[in-house]
Amino acid sequence: MALDLPENIVLSKLDTLASWCRKNSLWPMPFATACCGIELMATGASKHDLARFGAEVFRFSPRQCDLMIVAGRVVMKMLPVLQRIWQQMHEPKWCISMGACASTGGVFDTYSVVQGIDRFIPVDMYVPGCPPRPEQLIQAIIDLQDKIQREGTVDGREFSLASRQQTIRALVELPIQSQWDSARNPMM
Amino acid sequence: MAATASLTALQAKFPAVTASEFRGQTRAVVLAERLYEALEFLKNEQGFDLLVDVTCVDYLNFRDATDRFGLVYCLANTATNERLIVRAFVNDPDPTVPTAVPLWEGANWLEREVWDMFGITFAGHPDLRRILCPDEFTAHPLRKDYPLQGRGERHNFERLSREEA
Repeated sequence: MALDLPENIVLSKLDTLASWCRKNSLWPMPFATACCGIELMATGASKHDLARFGAEVFRFSPRQCDLMIVAGRVVMKMLPVLQRIWQQMHEPKWCISMGACASTGGVFDTYSVVQGIDRFIPVDMYVPGCPPRPEQLIQAIIDLQDKIQREGTVDGREFSLASRQQTIRALVELPIQSQWDSARNPMM
Repeated sequence: MAATASLTALQAKFPAVTASEFRGQTRAVVLAERLYEALEFLKNEQGFDLLVDVTCVDYLNFRDATDRFGLVYCLANTATNERLIVRAFVNDPDPTVPTAVPLWEGANWLEREVWDMFGITFAGHPDLRRILCPDEFTAHPLRKDYPLQGRGERHNFERLSREEA
């Protein structure tokens, strides 16, 4: 490419730029119904500090959020509320199902507990654990950022039915720090 | 404290009452037809001014059980610190007992819960609606013949997809 660009100019795609902005300013909607909510609070608090990943602004209005974190079991009486809150959030929006109960119903295999919220609303990321540690939730947010960066488009094509029917690539595993160092510096 | 004197007075007025004691708790079984009279007597003449709880047990397939539903009224006398458990048994097909709301206002929601979970009708209750399950629920889930995983109630919701939301 015979482009004579100054050093402080980077060429990119608009999709990439939009995804880069979106992934680093996720505004979570805490849908915390059980003990996972305590870990969610710990994730946002000073020790684990979700602000390091740009996702510390927990809002209790769905209209201000773009990431719903469902933390805890959802009973069938609560599910219409969950669906309404999901519908009130603006696009683009993502959903993390945090913990065994939100993902599968967990140990609560009874008449009143929904066996996994992904039966009724779309879910982008599942966090195992009962409850998951804050590190696991942070890992899920990092993985979601990775997904947004790779699949995000300005006009939301990644949410369309056609693109969802394509085979979705498995997430790229983030390397463990020591492997990362040795990969970059074979001498270490 | 066991309510010995009150129990003796109850048995003198209602001869059909049987009593037993277990780990310091006094329990009186009254006939369902005379349940309201007995509760009224205990409240107005024996000073049991607090209704602690109303609940129920389903004795379906329980060994040696002769009746299906056993109602449990936990009463307390806040002046003497006495406690008394009043029980009454009812059966299918139409388990009905008179409501205790005229005696204790607090019975309102407790009886709604028993109605919701066991399907016991409280005759004369001012507002016998479901209190825990959704309004459109049709079963009484704490009955022993109700399957633990339900009859599909937890699956009857529309599924939201990305396009609709």
